[in-house]
Amino acid sequence: MEAAGVCFNKQKQPKIKAQSHIVALLGNPNVGKSTIFNALTGMRQHTGNWPGKTVENCRGNFLYNGAAYELVDLPGTYSLMASSEEEKIACDFLCNGDMTSSYEAFYDAAVVVCDATCLERNLNLVLQTLEITPRVVVCLNLMDEAKKKGISINLEKLEQCLGVPVAATTATAKHGLKGLLNKVEMVCCGYIPKPLYVTYDEPIEEAAKLVEETLANAKIKVNSRFAALRLLQHEISSSENLDELLGISLSAHEELNAALIQARRLLSKEGYSELRIKDRLVAGIFAHAERIYKETVTHEALTYLKGQLKADRILTGRWSGAVIMLLLLAVVFYITLVGANYPSMLISGALTYVETQLLNLAAYIEAPKWLSDALILGMFRVLSWVVSVMLPPMALFFPLFTLLEDLGYLPRVAFNLDNSFRRANACGKQSLTMCMGLGCNAAGVIGCRIINSPRERLIAILTNNFVPCNGRFPTLIAIISMFFISASARYANSLLAALMLTGFIALGIWLTFVSSKLLSKTLLRGIPSSFALELPPYRVPQVAKVLLRSLFERTLFVLGRAALVAAPMGLFIWLLANIRVEGLALLKYCTAFLDAPARIFGLDGAILMAFILGLPANEIVMPLLIMTYLSEGALLELDSLLAFKTLLLENGWTWITALCTMLFTLLHWPCSTALITIWKETKSLKWTVVAFLLPTAFGLALCAAVAALGRAFGIN
Amino acid sequence: MMESLLCVPFGMSVKVGVLNAAGACRRRLLDLGLTPGAYTTCLYAAPSGNPKAYLIRGAIIALRNEDAGLVGLEPIKE
Repeated sequence: MEAAGVCFNKQKQPKIKAQSHIVALLGNPNVGKSTIFNALTGMRQHTGNWPGKTVENCRGNFLYNGAAYELVDLPGTYSLMASSEEEKIACDFLCNGDMTSSYEAFYDAAVVVCDATCLERNLNLVLQTLEITPRVVVCLNLMDEAKKKGISINLEKLEQCLGVPVAATTATAKHGLKGLLNKVEMVCCGYIPKPLYVTYDEPIEEAAKLVEETLANAKIKVNSRFAALRLLQHEISSSENLDELLGISLSAHEELNAALIQARRLLSKEGYSELRIKDRLVAGIFAHAERIYKETVTHEALTYLKGQLKADRILTGRWSGAVIMLLLLAVVFYITLVGANYPSMLISGALTYVETQLLNLAAYIEAPKWLSDALILGMFRVLSWVVSVMLPPMALFFPLFTLLEDLGYLPRVAFNLDNSFRRANACGKQSLTMCMGLGCNAAGVIGCRIINSPRERLIAILTNNFVPCNGRFPTLIAIISMFFISASARYANSLLAALMLTGFIALGIWLTFVSSKLLSKTLLRGIPSSFALELPPYRVPQVAKVLLRSLFERTLFVLGRAALVAAPMGLFIWLLANIRVEGLALLKYCTAFLDAPARIFGLDGAILMAFILGLPANEIVMPLLIMTYLSEGALLELDSLLAFKTLLLENGWTWITALCTMLFTLLHWPCSTALITIWKETKSLKWTVVAFLLPTAFGLALCAAVAALGRAFGIN
Repeated sequence: MMESLLCVPFGMSVKVGVLNAAGACRRRLLDLGLTPGAYTTCLYAAPSGNPKAYLIRGAIIALRNEDAGLVGLEPIKE
């Protein structure tokens, strides 16, 4: 799975011009902002039916009526009160424009995307935005869902109530985008809407007016009413942030300070404490939103909720919740296992044929034998193993997983598992990052940005590796099929394999809880912070789109990365196996050196070596292992799993070795990509080291225990 | 002792009263629309009984019991 919020600039983008109109895109989480972004720019930013997916500003360009536009996708927020990272980013952008850009860039329009099925809550953000800037276009998205739910919205009335243009869209079907763009163009080309502001309690209005008057003289960039209201609700101690936000130096401005003191005195005389001011401001906005909602929205009886509630009761039920969760996981694995078999064999056969042809070609052009062997038997062979083993399961797993994601199932998983995370003093949203980890741990680590509390985010980052990523599945699947399932009755076996794999994932999830708890009792002590998770409505996934997207953007992306690593590693291990010192291959020295310590953990030197060399990508562990064994024994055709098993048995594998290798696959250091991502996200070497050691320690301990038990019962 | 959101039976709609939360937690609850006077319905609970899902201003939001316990209710006048 690719990283949340990462832009894929694969398609041709019009060149960014300094004079293009800059349009900010904001909205509550999960209202289809990314879909609108993609529809307008033709880019393919990842979308998914769960809140908090876009975690950083993403940019794209498009042309409309001959003018160039730059669209900036801000993170989804419920509010602009700057109490979380996303809110700060969004609020900063609205107040100060683009501070990261090299050229002076203030946005020309801000599009607030709203969920038409849930307008009342969404209006909170609209009304807050209007206080900062009048250049707003409201985009009512998900109109198709609203219609289905019997909700009708009077657009003209809404425009009147807000004082800004309103456009209705269904971004998934690309409906209404032209209307939206016309209104954006209007605002960008000089039409400044006259928004109707929220009126707060009288004492607040009076106090705000006092401050506003002095601010008007101070020539600040931002709206003076907004600045006045912000100043009133902030403690003096946090004024530094406010200075930056509003672009004035509070302490240096005597007149303003005097006005502020006077305003506060006025408020406290009326019984408005600092807390009460904040509360009344929020309440004022919501009361206003409620009025607008009642005037503009009519809906049939709330029957639309019934279907969703029924589904939720089953999917989050006391017993059914957990059973369905595990069952879905098993079904996904089952389809992956059964479906991957045949194409895997096909690809493997084709690539073996290519290999033979390459060898023939090398002989024909009389290339030096060492060179052709190194390139073909070393590099090409490992590469082709990686492709044939990895591609089919990934091409099945990713789309299936994306379907569940689009459906809106993942937030229900987070809901079900939250209590376990709460007991571990961690955040329930960790389930979401854990699920992303099933695709790719690096993506899971980036996804941890959706967790607000720094302590809880760090826990999620450090424990993400406990769920196996897609690169580790093939190893687990291969070993399960070889050692734990008899050869007869294929479909029943696949089912058994799927269940066993599910069991392993469940073990990983359980260890995530355990290690999270361990961390919050030792290195990262603290109590859980407050937690609110939106459970979005279920949406019918767009199957065709999902298939294309997950194949091209996830599967090929991950496969490409693995192949990039596999080729040089294949060459490297071939060289190790073929460069001889005093009659022995270098590889032999390495594996012999590692053998004694590896035996303690039920592994052998070659296995440990494969894991160490597999640091750049877990996908290549199995191919490297085969390569190592083959270089030591007779060369045989690995045309079936049975031949592979024979090879392993010849090298002294027992089912204890198999079990320990599986455990170590589940529990060892993160791959180098994940480690680099962890280092980038935590900006700390210490935590990167902890992320390396934590799963490894668990893995070694478990493997040692299994090996010791094995020895005790006489199985070696 | 005022009743809190925590003691609301499933399917019952109530009116929010005083918020007993402080700091970032209070802010978050308010931003979700749990302002005094707002209506909310307790819908269902997670398998373990915690968190619970509430209907707040048209959206379904999961709140942990610790947080829901901080949301006071307005006494019902018949």
